[in-house]
Amino acid sequence: MTVTSSRSRRAGWVGAAYAAPTALIVGVFFIVPLLLVGWMSLHDWPLLGLPEINAPENFTAMADNELIADAAWFTVKYTVIITVLLFAVAFGLALLVQHQRRGVGLLRTAFFLPVAVGFASASLLFLGLLSQEIGPFKTDEYISWTSGSPSLALGSAVVLVLWRFAGFNMLIMLTGLQAIPTELYEAARIDGATRFQIFRRITVPLMRPTIALVLTLMIAGSLLAFDQFWILTRGGPDNSTTSLVMVIYREAFIRLDLGAAAALSVVLLGVLVVFNVIQFGVLRSRRGA
Amino acid sequence: MMARAGYYTTGAALAILFLFPLLWSGYASVSTESGFGLENYGRLFTSDNGIRPYHVVNSVLVCLITVGGTLLISTLGGYAFGRFRFPGRDLLFLVTLAILMVPYATILIALYVLLGWMGLQDSLLGLGLVLIMFQLPFSIFMMRNSFEAVPKELEESALIDGCNSFGVLTRVMLHAVRPGLITVGLFAFLTSWNEFFAPLILLNSTDQFTLTLAVVNMRTATFGSIDYAALEAGVMFMAVPCVLLFLFLQRSYVRGFMSGALKG
Repeated sequence: MTVTSSRSRRAGWVGAAYAAPTALIVGVFFIVPLLLVGWMSLHDWPLLGLPEINAPENFTAMADNELIADAAWFTVKYTVIITVLLFAVAFGLALLVQHQRRGVGLLRTAFFLPVAVGFASASLLFLGLLSQEIGPFKTDEYISWTSGSPSLALGSAVVLVLWRFAGFNMLIMLTGLQAIPTELYEAARIDGATRFQIFRRITVPLMRPTIALVLTLMIAGSLLAFDQFWILTRGGPDNSTTSLVMVIYREAFIRLDLGAAAALSVVLLGVLVVFNVIQFGVLRSRRGA
Repeated sequence: MMARAGYYTTGAALAILFLFPLLWSGYASVSTESGFGLENYGRLFTSDNGIRPYHVVNSVLVCLITVGGTLLISTLGGYAFGRFRFPGRDLLFLVTLAILMVPYATILIALYVLLGWMGLQDSLLGLGLVLIMFQLPFSIFMMRNSFEAVPKELEESALIDGCNSFGVLTRVMLHAVRPGLITVGLFAFLTSWNEFFAPLILLNSTDQFTLTLAVVNMRTATFGSIDYAALEAGVMFMAVPCVLLFLFLQRSYVRGFMSGALKG
């Protein structure tokens, strides 16, 4: 007995040593900046020069900043559109390729391949693809697909995101689909259930944890959208596709006001935390019911 | 019979739809006024706003730091979380996963200031360290699951042979967790090679720019007309290594993803 306990105590010390590099990186590059951003939000913090406390000015100033209100509204609208469409496309693709049959591997690879392309590269790719100069969607009358009108700009970003992220979400949902025991389907079929009944009564309920994971990833990702609008639409026309993270960047590195950027970051973080708590709450209560 | 034909028609149409942008980009990058050629790639490297060989070197350096650092730290960390009990274990694991919950932009503003204090402003090393941190939730989770899945007997026989815990790790465990390592390494490479937002914030001078920043700069720093053909050449230059690597490692990547990343 004493031998085991002294060995496990020593093992405890050894385990902590192996975890030390993780703790160091997480501490220095995650915990410290997390505290620092809160501290910065309470200051007038220019990009160059000394910070001075000005709380709560950075937060109260947000209410008067029209760009923030517009960007917040646009970001929410974009999040709803992307979440609905991306979920439908990814779920559809996952259902299409869920069974092992000839050629299905090729389909999976084709759908997943855009994930290997970086998102910034993908945005540049679509900039050329949707251009009148070299793209295949040339029209007689010049229309800029990426910045001709607010809805065209949003639409082109939506198409880009669907192309780039459908395969990734398909793969996650595929893992969920394949975890459903085949006996359940067989039993339902023997009982005479239709395809739609099987989908509604078996697939969807058993996929709930996976669906929750995918929706969380989609919503969080869309609320933080940046690359697609920075590169593809440049936030235009007339700031109509300017997302919240673009405003944070603008406050920090164009208006050189790190304090305001930090305050906005803190608010965004707060929204996401609240959202995650609600999400977990809903998930748990459904599971209980 | 009809259903099967319908299935394959739908599948093929969708596959073409998904492959089309990449194929078009490849075509556009080599098509010139007189036919086909590599002139667009030439302009990519020679035009005023174009990329330079040192941009490629910068990207390779960031990748080496990120992939090497992520593999090292997540192997040691995964071993610790998967095979040992120590005080604070669960807390550290949860905090590491919490990195996923925090918006990228939120901490990058603070990291910009923090790296300045540490003398790592505008530095590839600083960028690499930050990218390692962003990789950790996925990598630690993946490696912990990989280490947990290794049978106890393997470890015990090595211990009886007189190995200490580090010997067990290097002689027995590393081989057993190789699929996990490949997935973690591939993911770290794809992220660090392609990452745009973190270098945009952390790197200031054009001679420190990574490839992605330099190519995007061809679009954003141009006020006149954009050289779209050279831009597509840039897209191909960045995407082709990733696509090839992915196709080559697809089997182990997808298997690792399905068995490890999403378990539990």
